[in-house]
Amino acid sequence: MLFTILLGLFSAILLIPFGSRLKSKWSILLPLIPTGIFAYYLGFIPKIASGASFVQHIEWVPTLGVNFDFRLDGLSMLFMLLITGIGTGIFFYARTYLKGHPYFDRFFGYLFLFMTAMMGLVLSDNMLLLFIFWELTSISSFFLIGFNNDNKDSRKSAMTAMTITGMGGFFLLAGLVLLGNVAGTYQISELIEYKDRIINSDFYPLILLFIFLGAFTKSAQFPFHFWLPGAMKAPTPVSAYLHSATMVKAGIYLLARFFPALGGTDLWSYPLMIVGGFTMLYAAIHSLFRIDLKSILAYTTISALGILVFLLGVGSREAIIAAAVFILVHALYKATLFLVTGIIDHETGTRDITKLAGLRKVLMPVAIAGILAALSSAGLPGTFGFIGKDLIYEATLHSKENLMLILTILAVITNTCLVAAGFMAGWKPFAGELPREYSQLHLPYKSMWIPPLILGTLGLLFGLFPSFIGKWMSLATANSIFGAETDLKLAIWHGSFNTVLILSLVTLGLGILLYIFNKPSEKKVSFLEKFQSISSQSILTRYSNDIIRFSTWYTGKFHNGYLRSYHLKIILFAEGLLIYKLWMSGPIQIDFDNLTPLTIYEVAVVVILLGALLIVVSTPSRLTAVVSMSVIGYCICLMYVFYSAPDLAMTQFTIDTLSTVLFVLVLYKLPGFLNLASAKQQYRDIVVALGFGAILSIIALKVLYEPIQTQTSDFYGENAYILAKGKNVVNLILADFRGIDTMFETVVLGIAALGVYSLLKLRLKSSEKE
Amino acid sequence: MRSIILQTATRYLLPILLLFSFFLLLRGHYYPGGGFVGGLVASIAFVLHSFANGTEATMKILKRKPLSLIPIGLGISATSVVLPTFFGLPPMTGLWWEEKIPVIGMIGSALFFDLGVYLVVVGVVLTILFTISLTKD
Repeated sequence: MLFTILLGLFSAILLIPFGSRLKSKWSILLPLIPTGIFAYYLGFIPKIASGASFVQHIEWVPTLGVNFDFRLDGLSMLFMLLITGIGTGIFFYARTYLKGHPYFDRFFGYLFLFMTAMMGLVLSDNMLLLFIFWELTSISSFFLIGFNNDNKDSRKSAMTAMTITGMGGFFLLAGLVLLGNVAGTYQISELIEYKDRIINSDFYPLILLFIFLGAFTKSAQFPFHFWLPGAMKAPTPVSAYLHSATMVKAGIYLLARFFPALGGTDLWSYPLMIVGGFTMLYAAIHSLFRIDLKSILAYTTISALGILVFLLGVGSREAIIAAAVFILVHALYKATLFLVTGIIDHETGTRDITKLAGLRKVLMPVAIAGILAALSSAGLPGTFGFIGKDLIYEATLHSKENLMLILTILAVITNTCLVAAGFMAGWKPFAGELPREYSQLHLPYKSMWIPPLILGTLGLLFGLFPSFIGKWMSLATANSIFGAETDLKLAIWHGSFNTVLILSLVTLGLGILLYIFNKPSEKKVSFLEKFQSISSQSILTRYSNDIIRFSTWYTGKFHNGYLRSYHLKIILFAEGLLIYKLWMSGPIQIDFDNLTPLTIYEVAVVVILLGALLIVVSTPSRLTAVVSMSVIGYCICLMYVFYSAPDLAMTQFTIDTLSTVLFVLVLYKLPGFLNLASAKQQYRDIVVALGFGAILSIIALKVLYEPIQTQTSDFYGENAYILAKGKNVVNLILADFRGIDTMFETVVLGIAALGVYSLLKLRLKSSEKE
Repeated sequence: MRSIILQTATRYLLPILLLFSFFLLLRGHYYPGGGFVGGLVASIAFVLHSFANGTEATMKILKRKPLSLIPIGLGISATSVVLPTFFGLPPMTGLWWEEKIPVIGMIGSALFFDLGVYLVVVGVVLTILFTISLTKD
């Protein structure tokens, strides 16, 4: 399993050097990768369907409990097939959709990254690994939403999506770490064994809250739903892939994955039912007011996600079965509708449904795909959607008695609105008279209309032969969500004329009526916008604006760009900490008896040092100050030599020489010396400087009084020759014992040099322009 | 400002200082010295040369931009870090040549690590100093 993830990751990386060559006919290689992975996982179906699961364990950071633990069971299988299967269609589609786009290679790089992250997310059996992939989906989605980076709206939507899902990810991490600590394991498949301990723990409500926040933000539940309509700024293949079929379902996946270990309590059920129920109703009604095709689809997606959260909240056997099937139903018809929308947008240049009609005459195969999807979304008998809807009603009717009626009514209203919205998106653009301006349209290249047609047809086939998909896929999915046998059996016709069937037909009828009488228009959109100021989006925007104002104030206060001010603050802060620490550690005792007697050289050096110091602070010439500074540096070198630290002395000596050279070079470019500080400021600086010197002296003297710990130096002394075959311990520490540190220090040096180089060169270029 | 004395002196000082810096690099494993100090001394040699003959002249001796020494150095260090993993050992394990080489003595992967540090230091110092000195206002 690891290799499929690595394959995706390497494909993304390889696009950096080779991407520009893939723009031509070689770009056909790109969709072959998801196709291959899809085929690979298809091969697992027979074993998964018989109840088996596959695991892979590779140690990564075992001490922190972070390992590459992968597990393929019914639930991850469904998601893997959706990710790679729909991914295959999307890759083929996008290759044509973005043909000739200057960032073609970049787009596929992001898409590969996203696909990899998503695969990793659903395969992870380790909570922290899951979190890493979870964040990676947010990041890659940020790039994909903001793909049209010259568009301001697009950038803003990407930021919003990133902020909301990132915030959720933060909570999720907290929740997972808490859960891991309570359970004592980070392995998800082991959690179920500790279910009692988790549920009875004091942290249980907090764990749930955090995990719910993660899931709600990712899966666009109210009040965090608003990032999803905004994310529709992304190119349509992205919307189809991320924002309907895969990424937004990550939250659902998370809830489903943790259902066996955390679910089944009131604390689990009620929040999910309330949030999910409200979201599904709110978004379904909202979708009727929209006229932009993608907007309609965005809100129906939010509503469908609401249904899934709601079902996981209900948590009965029937509800889990319904959720397991509905994930697939929704992914199939929603991805189709998005792809169809993309074609319409690509060909006509508009997504306004008040302007679109009669396109079946010019885009026949697209129309078939769209209508099939609309029918499946409406739940017409014979489509897969019908079965999905049946199961939802089955679930609400079998819920607790006091809730049964209200839940069923809620589901009926939501579904009625979704039927109407589905027709608006999948039927309306193709029905009626073709406007004259579109009569010249011709069918796009076949790699664009075949993927939606396949997905749409699958929706029909699964609906006609439900026992097939039930046996091979949904049963295993439902079992692994429920954590026990669910006896799922799908059938078109349950053999009796029961309440569920009546409800389904009533929904369909009401939905069609609603579709006929609800005329989408500009007016309704503007009606909705009146409520904008009380929406959760505006409230969050106001808060984030306050945060920006605060950080502006803070930055102005603390990061004013004056080196002297930074120095002052850093030193004052250090002084504060040190004084506090010295104060807390009790009375200061200094042992003067142990000091070695002064020698004549030392006295001489100190006298020179003090003289140089006086010159530095009193001279009006920068050059004199710099030279005197280097005198001080050399004096310190001599001190090192006296106390037999030749390595240190050599380094200090060369460094001092070079910094003097550097100073002189820079001085040469500086304007004349001006004394900007007032007398008052100078006194303040004197006090701060003397204070700092005094504190450091006290610490240095105090160290002598402390018992000397020699473990570390003994270790190096003893092992230098045995382990590293050297005699110079200082150098061995640098180049061997702590070599990794040195390695990264040299990297830092390199970065600093690059910084200087690019800053100065850039400045040169801009001055050349003038 | 060109001083003929300094120019003549650097003609001999540059190779001697470079030799000395290399000496420091090689002896670092047993006696005071090492890649960092060696690199600093080598940079000082070039800086001295640039003082006497101008930065352009020094750049000519170097033949390439000092910036390019940084990736080379980092590459050498990183290789010596990663190399042991190919022999099934943890990274950074010291690998040693069996036989002694005359004058230099034992050669191990630590020496290459130090060599990388040496090159990075020369690259960094010269990049910073030369970039600044070549910047015209």
